[in-house]
Amino acid sequence: MSPDAIRAVLIEEIRRAVPGSTPEALPDDRPIRDEVDIDSMDFLSLVTALHQRLGIPIPEADYGRLDTLGHAEAYLAAQVAAKTGER
Amino acid sequence: MSGEFRMPSLGADMAAGKLVEWLKRPGDAVRRGDVVAVVETQKGAIEVEIFTSGTLERLLVAPGTTVPVGTPLALVREEGAPAEPAPRPPAAGKVSPAARRLATRAGIDLSALAGSGPGGAVVAADVEMAVALREKPAPAAARPGLDFDAMRQAIAAAMARSKREIPHYYLASDIDFGPARAWLSAVNRDRPPERRLLASALLVKAGALALRKFPDMNGFFSEGAFRPSAAIHAGFAVAIRGGGLIAPAIHDADGMGIDALMDALRDLVARVRAGTVRSSELADPTVTVTSLGERGADSAFPIIYPPQVAIVGFGRESLRPWVSGNVVAPCPVVTATLGADHRVSDGHRGGLLLAEIAQLLQHPETL
Amino acid sequence: MSAGTEITYREAVRQAICDAIARDGRVFLMGEDVGRYGGCYAVSKGLLDEYGPERIRDTPLSESAFVGAGIGAAIAGMRPIVEVMTVNFSLLALDQIVNNAATLRHMSGGQVGVPLVIRMATGAGRQLAAQHSHSFEGWYAGVPGIKVLAPATIEDARGMLWTALEDPDPVILFEHVMLYNASGILPADAGPVPIDKAAVRREGGDVTIVAYGGTLAKALAAAEDLAGDGVSAEVIDLRTLRPLDDSTILASVAKTRRAVIADEGWRTGSLAAEISARIMEGAFWNLDAPVARVCSAEVPIPYPRHLEEAALPQPAAIAAAARAALGRP
Repeated sequence: MSPDAIRAVLIEEIRRAVPGSTPEALPDDRPIRDEVDIDSMDFLSLVTALHQRLGIPIPEADYGRLDTLGHAEAYLAAQVAAKTGER
Repeated sequence: MSGEFRMPSLGADMAAGKLVEWLKRPGDAVRRGDVVAVVETQKGAIEVEIFTSGTLERLLVAPGTTVPVGTPLALVREEGAPAEPAPRPPAAGKVSPAARRLATRAGIDLSALAGSGPGGAVVAADVEMAVALREKPAPAAARPGLDFDAMRQAIAAAMARSKREIPHYYLASDIDFGPARAWLSAVNRDRPPERRLLASALLVKAGALALRKFPDMNGFFSEGAFRPSAAIHAGFAVAIRGGGLIAPAIHDADGMGIDALMDALRDLVARVRAGTVRSSELADPTVTVTSLGERGADSAFPIIYPPQVAIVGFGRESLRPWVSGNVVAPCPVVTATLGADHRVSDGHRGGLLLAEIAQLLQHPETL
Repeated sequence: MSAGTEITYREAVRQAICDAIARDGRVFLMGEDVGRYGGCYAVSKGLLDEYGPERIRDTPLSESAFVGAGIGAAIAGMRPIVEVMTVNFSLLALDQIVNNAATLRHMSGGQVGVPLVIRMATGAGRQLAAQHSHSFEGWYAGVPGIKVLAPATIEDARGMLWTALEDPDPVILFEHVMLYNASGILPADAGPVPIDKAAVRREGGDVTIVAYGGTLAKALAAAEDLAGDGVSAEVIDLRTLRPLDDSTILASVAKTRRAVIADEGWRTGSLAAEISARIMEGAFWNLDAPVARVCSAEVPIPYPRHLEEAALPQPAAIAAAARAALGRP
């Protein structure tokens, strides 16, 4: 899965978790949760959606690595690659 | 025996509601708890449940109509009641002049209508109902959006009444959230995201369970008297994007397992966001819990939602210096607050309630 | 605005007469027993002493004669108020009223007008038996050339007389016998009222109840009863029986789609029949139910109290007719 495809999934799921938000306009290095006002429940929904769509584990301990769009994209790409490598 | 399904009161400040949509049709079987209609209030579109089981006989109010609280919306033939004489055959053919003219204009087939007028005549209201029901039910997403001004007015009215009538007292206690956080991390480690728990579930459970010992903080104060509630229905404050909040009930929260409670919270928040809150959830919270969450302030000084008599607030969980024995160590701390009604209880009792909550949170595995 | 005072309907009529006598030197009251006896219903008690026999004139017991005298006085430039003891006795003066008072302006090509006011009591309820208890105002309301009024409130009892005296043609005022002892607040600034408009005495959306005179209070009681069942009734007080204020009636029926008419006259050929026909002509396509009439039973009004009550339109019957029009048994 290309980084662009992962980013597209990420942006789509943020938009779904927070209707009316414009995650595509987010700067890469700003905290997502401050920029689009995501609360704990929304964040859990987002993590759940990413887990189900990408088929990757996202342990609670790794939540901190989803803080900005840039970090999240890198983290998700690494998780997807790790899963593919296992096969 | 026929019963009436009425416009419910969904809070102390609701005077009227607009019937937006019927989800059942005359002749449909209904069971207690079924969502029968959607009503638009200042708190948004609410799914209204029915409290009798039987058959929906006749709709009395057409979609789009605003009626006062208590107005009969439909007639329900209760279970076991003898069936009314079969609906009069349309061939009986009585149609009022007003109905005939309306039907011609609206293109309604009169032979398909059951009449509600004298002698079973089809009257104008029957045609208006048929026109309203002909419109396809709007999907939930297309229901009228929230009127933020109206919601702000509703909040203002309720809070002004609260501050005017209720002599509040406020208490706060810092709670060592270390054991709870450790337990949550351990539980969530092995769970997929959709089954993970949030701290809010533990906080609501601890609050509800603690209230079992404090009936003077769970119930309603009205007409000069306090009526404690045997059940503990925790209203959970959910912020609405764009402004405003509502606090629908999690019924019998004290008796729910923690997973069930988490599922209920998840479902509730999703439905608040989607605009599908149910009437019973708005009508009967016996106490309110507000949790400011991970990104909120350190503590809340919450205002009681009348006619309730208490509200428990939980601030943001944060690492703070905590003295344990002779050691100061960083520790996750949550500040719990209580706003309670001095007409019913005193600060001493309130302090005991907060202490009970703190105590329960030291043993999260038992919640 | 000043609060006003509570007075009886009888007192309101008396004040109206005194006011008219004071305002206009051409006004005088005449009729059977209006002077020394003070009026059959005590409306003019004490007025003879106050205004003298020129203004308060007792007449012989001959309705035809003193109504005819009133017509003559009116033609000659006076403004007579003729009291006929009850509408039942007015039949003795029917020729004067229908053949003379009502026709002279027409027959003289406008040269002769009859600015006469006739007051009479009407209706049942006081156990006065058949010859004193009938309601014939509906008959008079069918005669062109006269105006027919039925004040049902304290304010109208006080205010209609002067407006009637100002009218260039004959006006008959019907005072229901059961209203004389009724009391209400008369505003301090009360005065003459218009006599060409019906009044909505209670607003509602589900059914229109048309009433006048003695049936107004009964219609309002029925509306109150209906409100307890969630039925919102609109009550119209006709006030003027001729000419009828069609537009007020039709506007209300267009809104409610149902009409009940409460009329103390006999059903056959009643004023209620006339109103029903007008609703049919003017609001047929707005109707959701047949127009209902609640009238007196077609018997001479009985003497015994229970039979008299049974013969008259009562609130329960009015409410029942409204429920039937709504299809709610």
